[in-house]
Amino acid sequence: MNRQATNLERNITLTVNGERVTRSVAARMHLVDFLRETLGLTGSHLGCEHGVCGACTIRVDGLTVRGCLMLAVQADGATVETIEGLTDSSKAADLQEEFLNRNALQCGYCTPGMLMTAVELLDRNAKPTREEIRDAISGNYCRCTGYHAIVDAIETVAKSRSSKKGTAS
Amino acid sequence: MNARDSGLTFLDRPNSYIGRSVPRPNARRLVMGRGTYVDDIRLPRLAHIAFLRSPHAHAKIRGFNLDAAKAAPGVIGVFTGADLAKVCTPWVAVLSHFKGLKSAPQYALPLDRACWTGEAICAVVAETRAQAEDAIALIEADLDPLPAAVDMEAALDPSTPVIHPELGDNLAFERTLDVGDVDTAFRNAAAVVEQTFQIGRHTGVTLEPRAILADWNDGEEKFTIYHSFQAPHMMQDIVCKHLDLPEASVRVVCKDVGGSFGIKVHIYPDEMATVAIAKILKRPVKFIADRMESFVSDIHARDHRVKGKMAIAADGEILGFEIDDLTGIGPYSVYPRTSAVEANQVVNLTGGPYRHKNYRARARVVFQNKVPMCQYRAVGHPIAVMVTEGLIDLAAAAIKMDPAKVREKNVIADDAHPSVAASGIKFEKLSHQQSLKKLLSMMDYDSLRKEQAELRKKGIHRGIGIATFIEITNPSAAFYGVGGARISSQDGCTLRLNPQGGVIASIGVTEQGQGTEAVIAQVVATAVGVPLSDVRVITGDTDTTPYGGGTWACRAAGIGGEAAWQSGKALRENILEVAGVILQAAPGTLDVRDGKIVDKANGNERMPLAELGRVAYFRPDTLPADLKPEFVVTRHYVPKDYPFAFTNGIQASYLEVDTDTGFVKLLKHWCVEDCGTVLNPQLVDEQVRGGIVQGIGAALFEVCRYDENGQMLNATMADYLVPMASEMPDIDVTHVVSPTASSELGAKGAGEAGTAGAPAAVVNAINDALSPFKANVAAQPVTPQDILKAMGKV
Ligand code: FES
Ligand code: FES
Repeated sequence: MNRQATNLERNITLTVNGERVTRSVAARMHLVDFLRETLGLTGSHLGCEHGVCGACTIRVDGLTVRGCLMLAVQADGATVETIEGLTDSSKAADLQEEFLNRNALQCGYCTPGMLMTAVELLDRNAKPTREEIRDAISGNYCRCTGYHAIVDAIETVAKSRSSKKGTAS
Repeated sequence: MNARDSGLTFLDRPNSYIGRSVPRPNARRLVMGRGTYVDDIRLPRLAHIAFLRSPHAHAKIRGFNLDAAKAAPGVIGVFTGADLAKVCTPWVAVLSHFKGLKSAPQYALPLDRACWTGEAICAVVAETRAQAEDAIALIEADLDPLPAAVDMEAALDPSTPVIHPELGDNLAFERTLDVGDVDTAFRNAAAVVEQTFQIGRHTGVTLEPRAILADWNDGEEKFTIYHSFQAPHMMQDIVCKHLDLPEASVRVVCKDVGGSFGIKVHIYPDEMATVAIAKILKRPVKFIADRMESFVSDIHARDHRVKGKMAIAADGEILGFEIDDLTGIGPYSVYPRTSAVEANQVVNLTGGPYRHKNYRARARVVFQNKVPMCQYRAVGHPIAVMVTEGLIDLAAAAIKMDPAKVREKNVIADDAHPSVAASGIKFEKLSHQQSLKKLLSMMDYDSLRKEQAELRKKGIHRGIGIATFIEITNPSAAFYGVGGARISSQDGCTLRLNPQGGVIASIGVTEQGQGTEAVIAQVVATAVGVPLSDVRVITGDTDTTPYGGGTWACRAAGIGGEAAWQSGKALRENILEVAGVILQAAPGTLDVRDGKIVDKANGNERMPLAELGRVAYFRPDTLPADLKPEFVVTRHYVPKDYPFAFTNGIQASYLEVDTDTGFVKLLKHWCVEDCGTVLNPQLVDEQVRGGIVQGIGAALFEVCRYDENGQMLNATMADYLVPMASEMPDIDVTHVVSPTASSELGAKGAGEAGTAGAPAAVVNAINDALSPFKANVAAQPVTPQDILKAMGKV
């Protein structure tokens, strides 16, 4: 193994949850590890470290990505949003509330990633069918809930958002 | 709000929270990303561990060249089995009530032999996990591959190597049972059906992998062990025993746990190694299994081959069962619960819902060079249910009777309890008849059969599968304690009334997302008489909670809940005693409701609890000298009348088989479940749904595939399939309520019901769909390939 390559460090500057941060990072460090280890944003989780389970789902420049498949250095100059930022922005407060009401989480390990995916789904498709919801969250594994309650929660929020829009217009 | 008006009474308590679907108070931090799983904890001088794992299923360890690893950047220490044996003694996982069960000593790291692919054989501690992994790659291990015993069918063959020669053979445990007159029953039968069922080896895949952070503070001579685990007191006891420490020197803390399902209730050598190394290094050391390590080191489950036989009379009466179960458990029985329990359960549970009296069973548990096998959600149940319900469907077809009718005719009648099954297990109160009736109407069975027949004419092949089940919950000491395992079957709950009127509850049962803390808060709020928001529940800390067993085998609600109930009643009495003195009223005329002292008769407020708290804590001088307010109480509970509180239920699956591709589309799943008093309907339903999906995983997707050399072939999340949202059906859940009389609350467990019955319901539905083709599948997971093979298409 090439020790020098693994020890290579680079400076990166990015915006994380609205804050500009500059850090020196190892070239091989994954973005999710950077968020968790370097910035202490432990809301993003690791379930597989190879892009399958979705527990590390975050948003980079507005798109959901797997934090375990992207290197920190690739996020130089990017805008990153994690569950902590999403919570502070209140953008997904209705989803979070409904996940609680509907008990759409048990251990909660999948939940931050699941919420990230749900936010993106509802941005893209305001009135998803249950099947569309199931498809959209298929890249987010949940071992506890059996998914039914998660689908219910997202469906309820979609409906209440569109009915609110309906009454507003 | 007047609770009586909203119909929320329970056990005559006003403003009862019992039976209500209140959200879990402690879940909010999790949706905000503010949970604390072990890997989220940061400590000063934290070091990280990585393990070298055996690439061979069986190998002699000749030695290691550790020089390069020791010199690698960031490395703090490198450890072998011999190093750790000096601080951590080995264990042998047997129980005295499993006669004849044997196993070999297992060390934190093996001394001279690796017994499965993935067994940790050497450890590196470094400043970062990446550095530890880099150093692992620099270890030169001198390993001499040995012949491996891989196939369980051949484990007892004289030509197969004996894994632990000192044990004589590879047979870990055997149990036989012969009840009634099985031979006559089979001789007199109108039909005898036979099938060999394979239940694949799979594993739990908790989304948060196993994790432990052990922090030895030499100044305090004390461990604080942060552990992703279900049973903190058990871990404390075992660390004490094997590292020779007094109990006061070991604190185990379980904060948020990212799924457990029985995976996180066993003693793992790599975790014990982490603890031992933290002691040696006198600093915090963290081990987080990565996903590939999880697949080859988390316990595996199931792996049973059951030859089953059933006799039925022409009128549909079940005359008897005979089974022969063989299961491979890897090279060691797993500590401290042992790996013989699942096979034992298969013997206990098979045929259990039915009235028959003739039953013969044999179960053999064998060693092999694969990942150790042990208890996972619904231990033994899905196997017993598959065998029983699979045979019933075959028998129904043989005598041309509707499978629902056969069940209706044979289930133990609801009014026949208490009763005893052929295997000897005792039922206090079950509701098979009611449950079956409810299921058939819930799924509209007759219409579904009509629809199925119609579609069949059009070449669309749908199937309906039914599975009745019983479930073991609320285990007493009969489960482990009597066999010598130091696993608590009792639990305690301590309550403290605070000056503002809030109540802190600390309890020995634990939370891994089931909603334990919510249910305990509901019970406490109801029993004491305070708003739910005024109760705070503490779990998972051996320093601050009463001694208890943790959460497993569906005991949190039934056992923990009852301890909380009793404790809450006692605290209310103590509160009323003091209130009576302050208010100059007889305590019996007062009550605590919604955080206030009220007149029992009319509910009129006399004093807020906060005022009582103020006086008792800050102005005790104003109280009579002989009045001693006791606002901390503890009560314990353990079930004694029955070894277990059996629950029952029934599931059904409706699915479509694509007969060209073999693909199965799950259309709908139903479950009727009877867990006694339902403390929180939503939490129970979600336990059932989650359990069903894990059962569906076993039925259709999940299996640890091995080659003939003992290499696991699909040890990644991409290759080991778990159920995804898009392939799962909506699941309807409803209840029948038969409370247990062993406790005042009457709650039994519900966490394993889903997993117990789902595989049989799904596999029976597949076979029902395939019936026009005279095809039958009996090996789980059932893959599209298997279906096409059964149909003779490939
Ligand atoms: S941890 Fe990134 S997808 Fe699983
Ligand atoms: S809630 Fe546990 S993995 Fe989804």
